[in-house]
Amino acid sequence: MTQPLIEIRSAPHVQSAKTVETIMRNVVYSLLPICAFYVFQYGISALASIAVVTGACLLTERFFVRTGTQAGRLSDYSAVITGLLLALTLPPGFPLWMGAVAGIVAIALGKALFGGIGFNVFNPALVGRAFVQAAFPTAIATYTPSFLPGRFTEFIPSTLAWPLMIPADATAWLKAKNLDALAGATPLAKWKFDGVIANADELLTSLSGHMAVGPSPLLILLCGAYLASRRYMDWRIPLAVLGSAALTAWLLFAFDPARYPNPFFMLFSGGLILGAVYMATDMATSPVTPKGMWVYGALIGLLTVVIRYYSGLPEGVMYAILIANAASPLIEKITQPVPFGRGVLDRVKKRATYPLNPGYISREEASAVTPKKRFLPNKPKK
Amino acid sequence: MSDQSSTGKKVIPIVTAAPEIAVPVSPTGAMIRTLGLVSAICGLIIVGAYQGTYDAVAANKRIATERAVFKVLPKAKSIEEFVAQAGGGIARVGAGDTAIPPGGVKFFAAYDEAGKLAGIAAEGVGKGYADNVRIMFGYQPDCQCVVGIGVVAMRETPGIGDKIITDKDFLANFTALDVKLKADLSALANEVKAVKHGTKTGAWQIDAIAGATITSRAVGKAINDSAQALLPRLVPKLDTLAKKS
Amino acid sequence: MNTAQYKTWDEFMEGVWRQNPVFVMVLGMCPTLAVTVSAINAISMGVATLFVLVCSCGLVSLMRKLTPKEVRIAVYIVIIATFVTAVDYAIQAISLALYDALGAFIQLIVVNCIILGRAEAHAAKNPPIPAMVNAAGMGVGFTIGLLALGVVREILGAGTLFGVSLFGAGFQPWVIMVLPPGGFFVLGAWLLLFAWWARRRAGLPAKEATQHV
Repeated sequence: MTQPLIEIRSAPHVQSAKTVETIMRNVVYSLLPICAFYVFQYGISALASIAVVTGACLLTERFFVRTGTQAGRLSDYSAVITGLLLALTLPPGFPLWMGAVAGIVAIALGKALFGGIGFNVFNPALVGRAFVQAAFPTAIATYTPSFLPGRFTEFIPSTLAWPLMIPADATAWLKAKNLDALAGATPLAKWKFDGVIANADELLTSLSGHMAVGPSPLLILLCGAYLASRRYMDWRIPLAVLGSAALTAWLLFAFDPARYPNPFFMLFSGGLILGAVYMATDMATSPVTPKGMWVYGALIGLLTVVIRYYSGLPEGVMYAILIANAASPLIEKITQPVPFGRGVLDRVKKRATYPLNPGYISREEASAVTPKKRFLPNKPKK
Repeated sequence: MSDQSSTGKKVIPIVTAAPEIAVPVSPTGAMIRTLGLVSAICGLIIVGAYQGTYDAVAANKRIATERAVFKVLPKAKSIEEFVAQAGGGIARVGAGDTAIPPGGVKFFAAYDEAGKLAGIAAEGVGKGYADNVRIMFGYQPDCQCVVGIGVVAMRETPGIGDKIITDKDFLANFTALDVKLKADLSALANEVKAVKHGTKTGAWQIDAIAGATITSRAVGKAINDSAQALLPRLVPKLDTLAKKS
Repeated sequence: MNTAQYKTWDEFMEGVWRQNPVFVMVLGMCPTLAVTVSAINAISMGVATLFVLVCSCGLVSLMRKLTPKEVRIAVYIVIIATFVTAVDYAIQAISLALYDALGAFIQLIVVNCIILGRAEAHAAKNPPIPAMVNAAGMGVGFTIGLLALGVVREILGAGTLFGVSLFGAGFQPWVIMVLPPGGFFVLGAWLLLFAWWARRRAGLPAKEATQHV
């Protein structure tokens, strides 16, 4: 084998201190505190879940990179992010073998099939989660309360299910701990099926009780703020998602407070914060135009609230983001920024000045913006 | 471009010579002959297949219906098919006679070994999560209650919605579900309805499966609609059905 | 093996392997995706199609000299529809449960492009015996394709194979496998496997896809 002269790798090709690896590594760093608190909440089951899911993602990535069917390298940390995010969206007591299935599907179906990092249309972590949501609807809806005594010495029984086998029922196990069987329901499920709205402090940290919330929203916001301040993530998307979700929820709440929960509950329950900060902002699957980011984020927020209210499912963030992922090429197309000097109505200004030498516009491009062309079909010359 | 050629240059007319010889047209007679021959052969095959399978198909259909009825009325040994007509009468329908007069409700009278009425079975339809849920339920005239249900057709989510045929607590609703009529026999005294899991209070309510509320509601609605339509017509005429005809 | 035999065998294997309707030509996808929830459904559908294919190709081939080209499509469709109707009755007579499981896809065999394609491309130009052998090969190939999907979907979706439980009572069914997306995923996986294997057999390197433009 001869050494290749040109190193083939994905964009961006611009030489700067900020490479794909740096960005990804920083995202991983920012995820670590969230994972640590998540493990503190749920004990060794959560730890095992994170380890197995991330491991499955890395092994699958390695397989596809080795067989050459996918671009990218293992060391770019992107598979680690997928694994960590996927683990955070699954219930802590999710059977490990199902977690491994989710990880494999996430990388194989969500990423490798499209050609690897930068080519995927959908967020890989969410593809994995959507698959297990459809495959194991019961297991993925089974949450256990956080801050259980003895969580660092004992696995949640469903975690250790044999591969391909039904996980043990958590109800009996919870009863032995003198807990209501329904204590394991997520705040959203409780609201959807029982009409109970959780308190604000419980939602934010779950420190006060045994509420089955996911990773702490406050911590995610903090870590997201770090990423945004270091410019590793665009702040527009999370802001647009949360803003539009809050606005939609507030409008509905104002319309009928008895029927719809308050916007605060909508924002901080379920996976909305995690989705807005870490999933919607995935660079490969979100628009690059600033205007497009606003549209994309607003679409996610709106869809999330609509799905939560009007569908049979309690949670809608995942599908909202996947739908918006699919729409993002279209959003990008309609939100192309207008080149400088070119009016909104496709007309070239007579005395437009170009920031550089006008010669930088190639002949084709120059003729492409000429308005003459538009009237050609109606008025043939000669 | 055509417009250019018409303005500028002189148009050279295309000489329409003898038609090209490449595609000879088949005589119409041959086409008719072939189509007729094919139709005759195919007709024969279809008639043959229909005749050959008619008995087996009819037997299969009867067995399938009987099985569904026997499941909801375990004591039954034979069934007869009836239609409760819109005017209030009850008419016997022959086996395989699928045409039902408008407004009529089909039901089955089930008889035990001695030929005594063991119960009535009827079908009901309710809108489920994915598609209509079609159920068969057994009605016991003595207690005026539903004593069993079976699913005829559904496309509910496997593992969630299809618990309605496996969940023991849910099926326990149908050991004696109250469908008493009002005193004037115009409608049910209490509407049959699925209520949220754990909130069942009356004998006419169905305790829904937690997590499969929509499917449970579909079952409740199916029973309610069908019973509302059938029972007011059926109950006054029960005597005529008491013995196997 | 003399040449005549070899030719017949080759004619048969054409559809089973080299031109497999599911894995190579990717034809007849509606029934492929819709009815392969279990292995038994897949086999029944495959056999029903095989029967229609062989019979209609035989009849089309017999009639080939009598059929004017203007009405050939009408003739083919009438012939195919006839055998589909016969199969429809036959399945009702065998088992109503199976009939319900296959649903409208029995009747839809009429518009299965494998059959019309065979009639037009092969049976209309060849004597009955080769035409039927070729059709049988296609039918067997189609059945194998359906079975490949049905086996995977039944094992993962229900933990059974031909109704026999493989993993015992504690098996966790993969619900997605009996839903439509499962069909697409399994079909995709099989196509991938076939393409990879065909490349390997042809001696082409598996690596190629990583070139960036």
